[in-house]
Amino acid sequence: MIKLEHITKTYPMGKRELNVLRDVNLEIEKGELLAIMGPSGSGKSTMLNLMGCLDKPTSGTYILDGKEVSRLSGGELAQIRGKKIGFIFQTFNLLPRLSALANVELGMRYVGGSDRKKAVEALEKVGLGERITHRPTELSGGEQQRVAIARALVKSPPLLLADEPTGNLDSKSGGEIISILTALHAEQGITLVMITHDAGIARHCQRIVHFMDGQIISEERL
Amino acid sequence: MKKWFDPILTAWTGVISHKLRSFLTILGIVIGVGAVIALMSVGRGAESDILSNIQSLGANLVTVRPGVTMSFGGVRGGFSMGGGSSTLTLEDADAIAAQVANISAVSPANSSNLQLNTGEENMNAQVTGVNPRYFEINNISVASGALFSDSEYDSSAKVIVLGSNVATTLFPNDDPIGQQLRMGTIIVRVIGVLAEKGASFGSPDDGVFIPLTAMQQTVAFNRTAQGGHTVSSISLTVSDQAMTQTVIDDLTSLLRTRHHLAATTDNDFNIQSVQDLAETISSAIGTFTILLGAIAAISLLVGGIGVMNIMLVSVLERTREIGIRKALGAREADIWGQFLIEAAFLSLAGGIVGIILGWGVAFTVERLGILTTLVTPDIVILAVSVSVGMGLFFGFYPAWNAARLNPIDALRSE
Repeated sequence: MIKLEHITKTYPMGKRELNVLRDVNLEIEKGELLAIMGPSGSGKSTMLNLMGCLDKPTSGTYILDGKEVSRLSGGELAQIRGKKIGFIFQTFNLLPRLSALANVELGMRYVGGSDRKKAVEALEKVGLGERITHRPTELSGGEQQRVAIARALVKSPPLLLADEPTGNLDSKSGGEIISILTALHAEQGITLVMITHDAGIARHCQRIVHFMDGQIISEERL
Repeated sequence: MKKWFDPILTAWTGVISHKLRSFLTILGIVIGVGAVIALMSVGRGAESDILSNIQSLGANLVTVRPGVTMSFGGVRGGFSMGGGSSTLTLEDADAIAAQVANISAVSPANSSNLQLNTGEENMNAQVTGVNPRYFEINNISVASGALFSDSEYDSSAKVIVLGSNVATTLFPNDDPIGQQLRMGTIIVRVIGVLAEKGASFGSPDDGVFIPLTAMQQTVAFNRTAQGGHTVSSISLTVSDQAMTQTVIDDLTSLLRTRHHLAATTDNDFNIQSVQDLAETISSAIGTFTILLGAIAAISLLVGGIGVMNIMLVSVLERTREIGIRKALGAREADIWGQFLIEAAFLSLAGGIVGIILGWGVAFTVERLGILTTLVTPDIVILAVSVSVGMGLFFGFYPAWNAARLNPIDALRSE
């Protein structure tokens, strides 16, 4: 599903350069459930952004679903994000002015157009069938994150990327989110890559990759 | 499914989520468009007013006057420099009637300031000797009594027709028809009073008309070196308006021959058609209208800058939203289109309300009798296309700013 080879990412910082990723190699199987762990500043978020085609590596190759994508144009990357990748953010990133339903519909907006029926189904799947007209401000954190999951899933992407999906939630809602995600993985065989600080959550995954100073320092299979 | 409609819906959501701000932005455009329409309608109204006034002189009227034509810049017609050496004669008028084609009536006219005395009232008036054709040529009609006839003209009958103001001055209480009065050295009888034409070009209200043949008996006509009787003007009607220029050319060559002018000498007469006058005035007022519109367009420009200002703020505020949309697969063109449509939407709304406002102002001004106004479709089309164009122009930069945001930076912004 994902094959990253000799990936480096450097940011100019004044006269020096900041090496955020240094020669990272990583392969992820289709249908795998992978956790990325590591201290802040270790490069794991940059790694996830690269996988999500939100950013381009400075050097190295990234093959997503059999296609080399690291040198594509902004418009082509946008198409790939729209069709193949679902994002789940720590801060949910819902549009506050739109209802839960409209937020989910937005997930399909740039890839073929909105489909209300599908959006309602996606919300029902995450247990929010009763609250589709509510705005994000009227929902709890856990509910907002479930809307975000519905938005990511509504277009049925093969790859789901979650950046600390439970970071802003209490342990009870966090647990619910994790069980929704693992259930999705089990039922639909979706490939899921998740950054987390919580070792308890990481234990639900099949493999854990540890980052440190822009490199993978260890891997463990569970 | 309904994909084409999505961006419009998004723009609408953007507009109504900040109602006051959108309202104030739209207001700037409303005032600009309204001002353009109201001011230009005043210009157009003045133009149509003056043109209809000129047309009342007689649409196919051509007047020949003595004097040298001097042209200033692009103004056609020029100024008549008469002086004492009038060269236009009664005989010229006869020759024109006999030799120039495409004209239906010719009348010479000779004016003189004479004293009129009824015994009770006494005044000075401009008395013009004409033939009976003069009235149809100049679109003058009678209100009571009659105009003089060809037989009265031929027999040099001492009958006069009074302009409406002259009639009320001389005969404040009586019916003037049939009354006798002294005009210069002769006694004349009033046979008609002219219809009031009001203050317009060459209004006959203050004039008195008499057969030219009778006038010669009381006023000595000047003679030219060739022995012709000079007149103050010759007016004529062109039978077909399209032939006006041909008639003017024929008149010019006939008169130049009759006046024995060398090829290098300027005309000693000048010819003016109502059509020329209308065109000259129309183009002068057109310039004036454009000037008014340009002044109003400045407020439209300020309104457009307001749209740009708001769009820049809006893009800044929604940086995170832009990041989210990009993460969901929006291309630069999608983001760009979203903000451009929003800007165009604001200015189009302003344009439409502005038309209604401008139209309302124009209508009110006309109703109150302050000025004649005329809202023509071209003004409306101009105002709407300029306002939408400005929305697109001033929305372009903010939308471009939004489109090229880096998705990661946009997602991180607070």
